[in-house]
Amino acid sequence: MTDVADEWRRIMYKIIERRMIAPNLHEFTVEAPAVAESVKPGNFVIVRPDALGERIPLSVADWDRQAGTVTSIFMQVGGSTAKLARLKPGDGIPTYVGPLGKETVIDNFGSVLCLGGCYGIGSIYPIARALKEAGNKVYSILEARSSFLLYWEDRFAKVSDRVFVITRDGTGGRKGHIGQIPEMMQQAGIIPSLTIVNGCTFQMMRMSMITKPLGWKTIVNMNPIMIDGTGMCGVCRLSVGGKTKFACVDGPDFDGHEIDWEEFLARRKSYNPEEIDPLRRSSCQSRF
Amino acid sequence: MPKQTHWERIKNFDEVALGYPVATAVEEARRCLQCKKPLCNQGCPVGIDIPGFIKCIVEGNFGAGVKKIKETNALPAICGRVCPQEEQCEKTCVLSNKKAQIAIGRLERFLADWEAAAGKIEVPDMAPKTGKKVAVVGAGPAGVTVANDLIILGHEVTIFEALHECGGVLIYGIPEFRLPKAIVNREVEYVKSLGVKICMDFVVGKTKTVDRLLQEFDAIFVGSGAGLPWFMEIPGENINGVYSANEYLTRVNLMKGFRFPEYDTPVKRPSRVAVVGGGNVAMDSARTAVRLGADEVHLVYRRSKTELPARAEEVENAEEEGVIFDLLTLPVRLIGDQHGWLKEMECLRMELGEPDASGRRKPIPVEGSNFIVPFDAVIIAIGNSPNPLIPMSTPGLEISKKGGIVTNAETGQTSRPNIWAGGDIVRGAATVISAMGDGRIAAASIHRYLMNKS
Repeated sequence: MTDVADEWRRIMYKIIERRMIAPNLHEFTVEAPAVAESVKPGNFVIVRPDALGERIPLSVADWDRQAGTVTSIFMQVGGSTAKLARLKPGDGIPTYVGPLGKETVIDNFGSVLCLGGCYGIGSIYPIARALKEAGNKVYSILEARSSFLLYWEDRFAKVSDRVFVITRDGTGGRKGHIGQIPEMMQQAGIIPSLTIVNGCTFQMMRMSMITKPLGWKTIVNMNPIMIDGTGMCGVCRLSVGGKTKFACVDGPDFDGHEIDWEEFLARRKSYNPEEIDPLRRSSCQSRF
Repeated sequence: MPKQTHWERIKNFDEVALGYPVATAVEEARRCLQCKKPLCNQGCPVGIDIPGFIKCIVEGNFGAGVKKIKETNALPAICGRVCPQEEQCEKTCVLSNKKAQIAIGRLERFLADWEAAAGKIEVPDMAPKTGKKVAVVGAGPAGVTVANDLIILGHEVTIFEALHECGGVLIYGIPEFRLPKAIVNREVEYVKSLGVKICMDFVVGKTKTVDRLLQEFDAIFVGSGAGLPWFMEIPGENINGVYSANEYLTRVNLMKGFRFPEYDTPVKRPSRVAVVGGGNVAMDSARTAVRLGADEVHLVYRRSKTELPARAEEVENAEEEGVIFDLLTLPVRLIGDQHGWLKEMECLRMELGEPDASGRRKPIPVEGSNFIVPFDAVIIAIGNSPNPLIPMSTPGLEISKKGGIVTNAETGQTSRPNIWAGGDIVRGAATVISAMGDGRIAAASIHRYLMNKS
């Protein structure tokens, strides 16, 4: 057995891989053996890019328990992800902690739709894989604005009974948007017993609205602002079924039909004036 | 004790209380009657030999004084600053009936600061190694105390800390102006110098479970601290601009938000702030908001001034710094604008009725007294539950209705024989010194257990 203490005496976590796999989307693999040992689909990690950095949550997308590494896909949005995007293999980061949050419930549900978009294509991959191993019929749906934003289709092919691709501009798969999923499923003769969505807030919200009238149970993997990620600060709270829940310890998976999306979207954007907007100005004004 | 003037200190995060010069400390120590049967140390949760260290100050033997304190307290610079001495050692001081009681906390702080300035750190006598291994969850006041006591007794100790800095609430909760972080780091370094190992970024219950650690350790102490903040359960608490005190203080203290954009974590600098609550955390939040440049900071509390649970000293500091006390006031609704940002808070006036179960007069709403005040930030500082992660992931551990780990008050032992617990994970939201007292009791019990086990 490994000596837990020795394993964790390190100060920096080594970057094994950091490459842009689609425009603005980065594959990010870090050496973190204890996290790799315990991680499960649906978990997240908290990362701090450097000594002055913020603590930000990243959903996990894959891992190698033997090699002791964990992989996430992240999108460069604000200053912290910009710092992460500059890291190279061999560099170190001061904080990498996890696995956090409850894992996605994996069982034999029957037929499961796994919808991924953006970084969520990465994080729903291990969910699809685990559901397949649990004996489900897995139908993976990858959605993007254009085909150049897709990745890992080959991986999904191996763990899915069928992979559907939807692009807004029709450069890959079906031209359209997630609003067409019910029709696509009907044509394919698929009645899902469960739908799981990992992706940007807007996609998770839209899909929940689409599935609600159909009565398709829909689980979404929420992505609020976090600080400690361990059930202490309370910034990640959201309203689910009229009750306040904390994504870091009660989630991040919740029933998409129960979430107060308007409130959630507003909370997600609460630091945009400080963190995102400066990046949208000219580079001279940007502090990053 | 000399303090930064209030007009200077509201513009910085430097420590407010400046500490005793040598002459003042000796003069104060001389007032001590050196009682044959002292009452002061009975009021101390960790049982410091108070007349003993005060005598050392009178004799000018400061090194010996520090050693005397460290026999029972690993964190004197911290306790000297944040302990509620007026309810503990100083309350039982015999002089408090006649003249002013001895300023025990300030003398404790004086010795600790003298030691740091002198650069000579006294290391206690260490017992021979026992070969027993103890895991401690959380590098807060409870965990550090347990680690200190057990390493001195010869056991091998490893602390597992979830955050990227050690100190727990001393780092993320208590602001720099009340407890400089350099002091916390110094005290943690001292415990490390005794041989305590610390594993950072390790969330026990998630990274590995308590049971997984017990495969490698002979005993485990859980000091995982505070958990989710309480809210008032009134409409509008998830509107932008409403913060828990935990979030607000963590952004500023642990993440150094007050130095944004040098540090990446942002913190808002609203101009009209309301802090709801009346404890030390509420005072810390209000005084932080003052320093972040708010025009008006209101402290909203549902009872009257006499019932404020905060230390008198902190209430006085807050008043000096311009915090406005809205007493006998109860928030009932938070109102947002069309963009989801806080705009106003609706409150009710209260009056005091008969004493309730806590012995304090119960606040009763005055019907029809509703009024609305504009605010652009509200910080809720009404307490928190114990951290849920270890209760959720450790089978067989008895948990109270409030979510805390149930322990035997005399030993700190939980319902499982090789697991101990103390501090906020047991008590909910309590004080630094009570967590340290729990740690001291648990360490003694763990030591007995390990030595009988062999």
